[in-house]
Amino acid sequence: MRLLGLKTFRHGVHPPELKDETSGLAIRQFPFAPVLVVPLVQHLGKPSLPEVREGQEVTRGQRIARPDGFLSVSMHAPASAVVRRIGLAPSIGGRMVPSVYLEPFPGSTQEVMEGKPCQLETATKDEIIAAVQDAGVVGLGGAAFPTHVKLAIPEGKTVDTLIINGVECEPCLTTDHRVMLEQSDDLFRGMRYLLEVVGAERAILGVEANKRDAFEHLRDNLPADLPATVELLQVKYPQGAEKMLITALLGREVPSGGLPLDVHALCVNVATTAEIGRLLPHGRGIQERVITITGPAVKRKGNYRIPIGTPLRFLLEAVGVDDAVDRVFVGGPMMGASASSLDIPITKGASGVVAFTDVESERTHRQVYPCIRCGYCVDACPIVLDPSRLGLLALSGEHRRMADEHNLMDCFECGSCSFVCPSHIPLVQHFRVAKAAVRKARAAQ
Amino acid sequence: MTALTAVGTLGGLTLVLASMLVLANRKLHVAEDPRIDAVEDMLPHTNCGACGFPGCRPFAEALVLGDTQPGKCSVSSEDGRARIASYLGVDVGAFDQRVARLACAGGSNVTRDHARYDGLESCAAAALVAGGGKGCFWGCLGFADCYEACDFDAIRMNRHDLPVVDEEKCTACGDCVDACPKDLFSLQLANRRLWVACKSLEAGDGVLEDCEVACTACGRCAMDAPDLIRMENNLPVIDYSRAHDSRHPVQRCPTGAIVWLDAERGSIKGQAAKKIIRQGTRPGAPT
Repeated sequence: MRLLGLKTFRHGVHPPELKDETSGLAIRQFPFAPVLVVPLVQHLGKPSLPEVREGQEVTRGQRIARPDGFLSVSMHAPASAVVRRIGLAPSIGGRMVPSVYLEPFPGSTQEVMEGKPCQLETATKDEIIAAVQDAGVVGLGGAAFPTHVKLAIPEGKTVDTLIINGVECEPCLTTDHRVMLEQSDDLFRGMRYLLEVVGAERAILGVEANKRDAFEHLRDNLPADLPATVELLQVKYPQGAEKMLITALLGREVPSGGLPLDVHALCVNVATTAEIGRLLPHGRGIQERVITITGPAVKRKGNYRIPIGTPLRFLLEAVGVDDAVDRVFVGGPMMGASASSLDIPITKGASGVVAFTDVESERTHRQVYPCIRCGYCVDACPIVLDPSRLGLLALSGEHRRMADEHNLMDCFECGSCSFVCPSHIPLVQHFRVAKAAVRKARAAQ
Repeated sequence: MTALTAVGTLGGLTLVLASMLVLANRKLHVAEDPRIDAVEDMLPHTNCGACGFPGCRPFAEALVLGDTQPGKCSVSSEDGRARIASYLGVDVGAFDQRVARLACAGGSNVTRDHARYDGLESCAAAALVAGGGKGCFWGCLGFADCYEACDFDAIRMNRHDLPVVDEEKCTACGDCVDACPKDLFSLQLANRRLWVACKSLEAGDGVLEDCEVACTACGRCAMDAPDLIRMENNLPVIDYSRAHDSRHPVQRCPTGAIVWLDAERGSIKGQAAKKIIRQGTRPGAPT
């Protein structure tokens, strides 16, 4: 679908973008916190198995945990440090997860230990998939799904188009923007690795129109021998959701309950692709990631390359926050999670930290009114569900009906319905409760 | 004339259809044991599911078939169960009085919140938002999902937002067990009076920052009753297959995480447990 000459999808919303303050700031390296907490579950899947003991000294970049089975990835030390203990630490989801507590040496440098390189020219498909798993690569856009699982295309499925997601539709976040501008060579190399593995004929890089400089930079520097194009997309939320992006770029609709593979497409985030291109030739693992730190309460906003495991408290102290800081989101303001503790460490899935003062919290705390059936949410839902009906069913606790008759389980919690609701009904929270209840009931059967 | 035609047609139709229904009733009649109705009448009609059957009628059917025993109904009185047994001429069967027990004692007067939760007023919803605002991840969130779920009025919320189970009214139906997102409820034999009212897997005095009645995994109870109690995942685990009728293991617990549940007086902490005088809400954690 095209509007104003730019591709997009139907429905969706237009939240304020709030990207101007950080989109022009180059990525800066962040210092090491006095204690780094590396959770062993930073991805969707089984926890990694620690390979270090308490008291052991590790080098930056050294593998500290190995994958437990296929649906799991490696973890690497973010700094040269001593392992203080292996114990529980709070996570953004609220669960206590087993983590490795590291205490960096005072003289810890940015030097990184390298492992066995995986060269593009010589590696086979399986070797690249194994290297991606060993590098600990997960979807850096926020979902943190292990990338190698995505790349292992099941028998009988084919991919004709590889989509590189440079949409970054979340308000406030500018990490993908900066990565596209500053790491385009890594990005193109990563695309070559991915094309090699999935066997797609072509790649499309989707960029939203509010990042025109990144679009032009990528278009002008695209190597002639890379079978790829760069497409400019209309600015709309949630264009970065993979199903929306596939619809916008290819005009194909991923079936209910299906995967992009069902329409012969595969979608990978730009930051993830760039990391693959940066790490694999050196046999390194992810031990840091680019994060936008922004929000009204932050004094020195910017895009920072932050060691994994940096606690929020240290991070906010280092960039300086307003005394009245009241609410901290990890991820963007639309789909991010609000942190219940400042001891939560930065993980691979965190793409931003947005801090608000109590003034904004006060303003966004609103009285909830009954549904007036205005239909705004129906117009907003990108996957054409009926949030209004679902919300009413949620109030009467008819969770099973929501799932069986109204496709509740397709909801990916983008928040568009809650955003437009004039009655301020927390629709997404209702849906999350219902989805959890349905999953529990199905597991019990 | 028109009126007569209408009456005649409808009357005829009625007769034909009625005779078809009568025939169908004769031909397709399913003989049902009349005892099922009688037994169902003797059951409490609560359809709570505590017996393991979907409701009272399926339980009655199983009783008549001899697949289960009247003792499985925990809602009926002792007389009620005996009446069913004598009516069917079967044994009452083993009856284990169970009650729901909460493995948390962290009311708002002893726990600290790390964050202010602002959203749907339900434990299930709060648990999905970063685990709720409570400092202790394992603890009771206090939004009373269990109170809402209980059909027998056996759970009340005390003034510190902690559910209290009325053992007299509890029928062990298990609705609260399903409702609690933190899995704090379990159905226990009523004669099990020694109880660990904490689920925190953390060890050390640091846990007291978040909750003054948490188990610090000091292991004193396990030391005092080595046969009965062992430490597992930083929590005492009581082996109820051994004699557990002594209050002795409770006495040296420094926080009161292991308690003696008295039928009349409720939970009783040991002598060494720190006394909690505060009645108001404990101030939140410094951020």
